[in-house]
Amino acid sequence: MTRWLPLVAALLLAALPAVLTPYTTDLVVKIVIFAVFALSLELLVGMTGLVSLGHAAFFGLGAYVAVMASPESDAGNLVVLAAAAMGVAAVYALFVGALSLRTKGVYFIMVTLAFAQMAYFVFHDTKLGGGSDGIYLNVRPLLGPVDAGNKLHFYYLALAALVATYGGLALLRRSRFGHALAGIRVNEQRMRAAGFATYRYKLAAFVLAGALAGLAGFLLAVKDGFVNPELLSWHESGAVLLMIILGGLGHLRGAVIGAVAFALLKELYSTPALVGSFLADHWQLTLGLTIIAFVALLPKGLIGLLERTK
Amino acid sequence: MSALLSCSGLTRRFGGLTAVNNVSLDFEVGQVHAVIGTNGAGKSTLINMLSGELPASDGRITLAGDDITSWPQARRARAGVGRSYQRTTIFPEFSVLENARLCAQAAHARPWAVWQSAATCPNSGRIARDALAGAGLAEMAERSAGSLSHGGKRQLEIAMCLATEPRVLLLDEPLAGMGSEETDRMLELLARLKPGHAILLVEHDMDAVFRIADRITVMVNGEVIASDTPAAIRSNRDVQVAYLGEH
Repeated sequence: MTRWLPLVAALLLAALPAVLTPYTTDLVVKIVIFAVFALSLELLVGMTGLVSLGHAAFFGLGAYVAVMASPESDAGNLVVLAAAAMGVAAVYALFVGALSLRTKGVYFIMVTLAFAQMAYFVFHDTKLGGGSDGIYLNVRPLLGPVDAGNKLHFYYLALAALVATYGGLALLRRSRFGHALAGIRVNEQRMRAAGFATYRYKLAAFVLAGALAGLAGFLLAVKDGFVNPELLSWHESGAVLLMIILGGLGHLRGAVIGAVAFALLKELYSTPALVGSFLADHWQLTLGLTIIAFVALLPKGLIGLLERTK
Repeated sequence: MSALLSCSGLTRRFGGLTAVNNVSLDFEVGQVHAVIGTNGAGKSTLINMLSGELPASDGRITLAGDDITSWPQARRARAGVGRSYQRTTIFPEFSVLENARLCAQAAHARPWAVWQSAATCPNSGRIARDALAGAGLAEMAERSAGSLSHGGKRQLEIAMCLATEPRVLLLDEPLAGMGSEETDRMLELLARLKPGHAILLVEHDMDAVFRIADRITVMVNGEVIASDTPAAIRSNRDVQVAYLGEH
């Protein structure tokens, strides 16, 4: 029964714009984009067992490519730009992965963080992408009749990206590649003894995760029409890691649920009308405490809560 | 008959300690070749070098005439060098069949075929079922691996090794912690596997070793002090003094 849940959720999301206010629709689009980002990290952390604290580098890179590869005063081609964003993110992931995957555990965390901070400071401290102020995307990309500048068109574009990412990863999970990644997560030594070149499998997962994060970054840049270096910062890497932990590691739906919960909590805690202006200004405090409470009470994440009631 | 797996002058140094020193051995199909010795004699280091987990400091390893000294472990495994571990290294959260299927999959990887479900891969499924049957676990296929008894887990460890369709079996203390009934079953299994495989058996259970081995090598402090038939080993003075004691 619950196996149809993702499909039902997708259909509900497709029907939402008809009933929502523009502000809420905008929030849903943002959540959809972060769900793609969280799914890309779930491939690394939940499926392969590689905890990366530098995943925002690929997200931010995808966002910058969307803006920098767009023509100055003309609409770019949507597909070409998305492919470019994913491609550049994938190439950087290949470079970072090839080096960082030679380390393990906490060292892997530190090396991925270091590479992400390196990318962050390149955009922050050089004129390459407008420095710390970031840059604007003047004209949203097009593809035939599909205009990413049209709110409704963009809503369905983002939703299509989420469905494709979720569906693709669900297929991958049950494939031989996915099972090999699961084996590597549980016992890499054993996988090598069986004859798996585990380094290549991990690198492939790392590059794919980087490309999908690039897709999420591309979507966010097109949505906001603006990028700045904060997209690559370790705060962003930490936030997406929190999303998948909050939702529950080891499940694709956990990543989506985590992205939804994280965004809604942030929205809730930063609304002065609901929590008062002092707390709204310091939403990080209440969000942080809530996440600590969640992790302490629900070690398996929100998805563990659903399983318990079943 | 020429050896399938050979090492010559194999040496491993850890800093100032020489764990394995100038070991030259041959492993032939149809033979159980036991390597015995006290703890720290270098038996596990020897297995780790043969399987490719540890690089050799010196010496050469050949498999069916190919020099495999510099091959990484995964390549050796695909070429037919299978190993089991002293400490059980199964995947406890997967089913028994999936444990074996995953090992069989290494040779039929096709990782790019993401549209195909792993569970429906015909080759690795068949090989895994054969391996489980061979190790006496056919009825347990759908059980979760973590729920098996200790003996069952040791059998699964062997089944996972068999699922890679190896020609050489490097078995690191397969009888550790087993009761006498489980030991008998494991020895029967080894006897069945013997005709088609070159088997290296590292084992502390001396009764079992003398029951099954065709050839016994004795290691002390990283060096081979004797390598001969069980009867000759039993009457060897050096071995009696160094190791066997009351035997």
